[in-house]
Amino acid sequence: MAKGTNDAQLLIQSLRKAYAATPTTLKIIDLYVVYAVATALIQVAYMAIVGSFPFNSFLSGVLSCVGTAVLAVCLRIQVNKDNKEFKDLPPERAFADFVLCNLVLHLVIMNFLG
Amino acid sequence: MQARCARLKTIRLLGDPVDDYEFEADADQDDSSDVEEFYDDDEDGIPCFYDDVVEHILAVYNEYFGGMDDDDIRSGGDPKEFSLISGERRFKSTLHFQIKGSIWSSEPWTIPMAKPLVLHLLLLLICGSALLSSGSVIHPISDAHRSAATELFVPAADGSFGSLEETFEALRAFQILGVDRTGAKFEGTCKTVSEKLSSPTSTTKDLYHALKITGILGCRTESIEFDGITSRLQAAVKDASSLLELYYSLGGLLSVKEQGKDVILSDADGTFQAIKALSQSDGRWRYDKDSTGSSTFAAGIALEALASVVSLAGSDIDQSKIAVVRKDITKLFDRIKRYGDGTLYFDEKNVDPDQYKGPLATSASITSGVTAFAAVSSEKLNIGGEKILGLAKFFLSIGIPGTAKDFFYQINSLASLENNRISIPLVLSLPATVLSLTSKDQLKVEVTTVFGSRAPPLAVSLLKVLTPDSKEVTSFEKKELEYDPENRIHFLDLSPLKIDVGKYSLIFKVSVNDPEGSDIYATGDQIIVTAFFTGFIKVDKAEIAVSDSDATSESVQKLDLSKDSLISLSANHLQKMRLSLQLTTPLGHSFKPHQMVVKLRHESKVEHLFVPETSSRQYKLVLNFLGLVEKFYYLSGRYEIELAVGDAVMENSFLRSIGSIELDLPEAPEKAAKPPAQPVDPLSRFGPKEEISHIFRAPEKRPPQELSLGFMGLTLLPLLAFLIGLLRIGVNFKGFPTSAVPAMFATLFHGGIGAVLLLYVLFWLKLDLFTTLKALGFLGVFLLFVGHRTLSYLASTSVKQKTA
Repeated sequence: MAKGTNDAQLLIQSLRKAYAATPTTLKIIDLYVVYAVATALIQVAYMAIVGSFPFNSFLSGVLSCVGTAVLAVCLRIQVNKDNKEFKDLPPERAFADFVLCNLVLHLVIMNFLG
Repeated sequence: MQARCARLKTIRLLGDPVDDYEFEADADQDDSSDVEEFYDDDEDGIPCFYDDVVEHILAVYNEYFGGMDDDDIRSGGDPKEFSLISGERRFKSTLHFQIKGSIWSSEPWTIPMAKPLVLHLLLLLICGSALLSSGSVIHPISDAHRSAATELFVPAADGSFGSLEETFEALRAFQILGVDRTGAKFEGTCKTVSEKLSSPTSTTKDLYHALKITGILGCRTESIEFDGITSRLQAAVKDASSLLELYYSLGGLLSVKEQGKDVILSDADGTFQAIKALSQSDGRWRYDKDSTGSSTFAAGIALEALASVVSLAGSDIDQSKIAVVRKDITKLFDRIKRYGDGTLYFDEKNVDPDQYKGPLATSASITSGVTAFAAVSSEKLNIGGEKILGLAKFFLSIGIPGTAKDFFYQINSLASLENNRISIPLVLSLPATVLSLTSKDQLKVEVTTVFGSRAPPLAVSLLKVLTPDSKEVTSFEKKELEYDPENRIHFLDLSPLKIDVGKYSLIFKVSVNDPEGSDIYATGDQIIVTAFFTGFIKVDKAEIAVSDSDATSESVQKLDLSKDSLISLSANHLQKMRLSLQLTTPLGHSFKPHQMVVKLRHESKVEHLFVPETSSRQYKLVLNFLGLVEKFYYLSGRYEIELAVGDAVMENSFLRSIGSIELDLPEAPEKAAKPPAQPVDPLSRFGPKEEISHIFRAPEKRPPQELSLGFMGLTLLPLLAFLIGLLRIGVNFKGFPTSAVPAMFATLFHGGIGAVLLLYVLFWLKLDLFTTLKALGFLGVFLLFVGHRTLSYLASTSVKQKTA
């Protein structure tokens, strides 16, 4: 119905405006997450086409993307100033954790890649 | 990397036949077998205690077949057959092993059973020449001994046979048997012997043997210095301390005397006394004054030495002393032992092991001693002729000895017995102990001395004929054998005696014609010889029939058992088969053979054996198939029939194929026993098998290269989008520290991260985990340090910004 679509459009616009207000750092992280997920989706599509023969490779590839996305989400949570829980945590510390966890994740991924 | 391989606790075979093995594996020694303990470290589908199992199987297999090793076992089939049943304490597994040469099949691995030996044993036809039971075969010395002598005593190139003693023994044996002792070889012997005689270092024993050899070979004696030797021997006699010394020196002196030289024994009485002093009260002798044990062997030597003294001294010896020795000899002969058939011998068991000589040596020593003494004693020795005959039998019953020493003992003793002064043994022998009634053989008997020489005129009579169970054949009366002077054989015609076939003990008596001869010659009382009378057994009334169980109708067929028949019968399980025949001896009596067997053999080579029963004059076998169905394993089909009849005295023992019978048996119920596995042609079972071609796992289908590369490119697209998005957002490097040191740390930080990522790429490409981890360790520490500095700097600047 016209009203419905109107409402949807209004909703989307308000979301966009609100999003524009988010700090840049958070936008970077969001973009990173989108990138990781997109890569994962492409890999899944590939597997859907050719079959899962080196299943370990597929898994490692997908899990790398998903894992790094998850870590980025964690980072976002911790860095977000509006989040009261992590008020005392310096963002640098969160970033260091992010880097460390990513490195460990990728070591395991590389091992599993085969 | 700790070894996780479970120690195999037990392997148990699940019954017999065997193909499955039950394992219990307990690696962590908690007394329970868990699934985890069946490890497969190298992931090849075979558990790591495979080696233990192989070892065990090899051991079991070698027990039956032998000769297998590790290379001959390999696991065949799909390794995935090794499956575990989890949840139970014991884990069964089916590891199919192919052992080289064995059957690889789904059948259980059977351990082959022993072939039924029964029928093979039953087909043994005993040749009649084997004499069983009491009485060994006695034959006088013959040419066989002569040829054996030449084989046993083989001289070396210089004519010697080893030591001087062995040479003497060989030459003495040759002398007795009449083997040629001339030739260039023995010239050399003469030379060595004379060297020995003139050498001052020879012992008395050497001198004794050397002198004897000189006598035997007839060596030229001009070069030998007999005086010196004689004086040496006489000194030895005087100084002798042991029996053997006395024996050798006296024997040497006697030998010198025999070769024509004059020899005087100075103190004959004293020497006699010295020897006599060593005697014991039971007739035995000691070797010297100090030794405590006495022996019979020494007695023989002592007697021979005493005889030498008497012959050397002439009439100087007191006759009473000789009489005493005669009594000693009588006591000695009380120790004689006997076998059941009249053979006598001497043996002693209570001597030191190194002094134990054995019955042959002991008896030989006594024989030589006693005969030598009897030759010099004016009065006759009080030993019965029967004892001499017993000793002669003992020596002859050895046959042809296997060693040179034994041969010498036997021949030397028999030579002393041949012409001794006590009594000369006469031996009765049968040249043939299997006599055929069909060919009207005569019973032939030879009576000779032990060396086969002519005996004095005598009469041989056959007293009794005994059956194997010692019953007399009553129809037989004592008969005297006729004499054939040309062949020197006593013979008797058997046909008028009407003795049936069988194994008999014949009892002979030999008596010398000359009435005084019984003193000189020893013939023995009753001589028992075992003989076989064989003949042709008539087979009569042989028939085979198939009848119904109520014995109404019968289809009888006559059999001719002189050749194979091809009778063809058929029967079902409700019928009976009857086979009957009669056996008659040449004299018309009913005959009971040792072996009579009927064999039924199925097409699949399963065999069954039956023994016919005897009743009155007939042998009958009735096979009631109703009762035999289970025994035949329910196998219907064609059965070949064979009949085997055999006996030692049957000249026409036979194995005949009678024909075949088609048996129709009911179907086997499920629980019926299976027929035993028949031995398979070894080549088919143990021969090479067809090659197993292993099919490797087909590689998975991969997508085309271009597709993969295309998607790789596609994966990089989001990265591009990410970078573009970043620019759109307005990423900047403002936060990058500007002052020198922090800037350096910041670059190092980013550099460090980049290095780690590069390390990962290298890890994927070619490094292994260990190297990677090592490098990662170093890089990580570095990165930690640098990162900490950078981030703390950034933190401090942002705090300053906030507060400022």
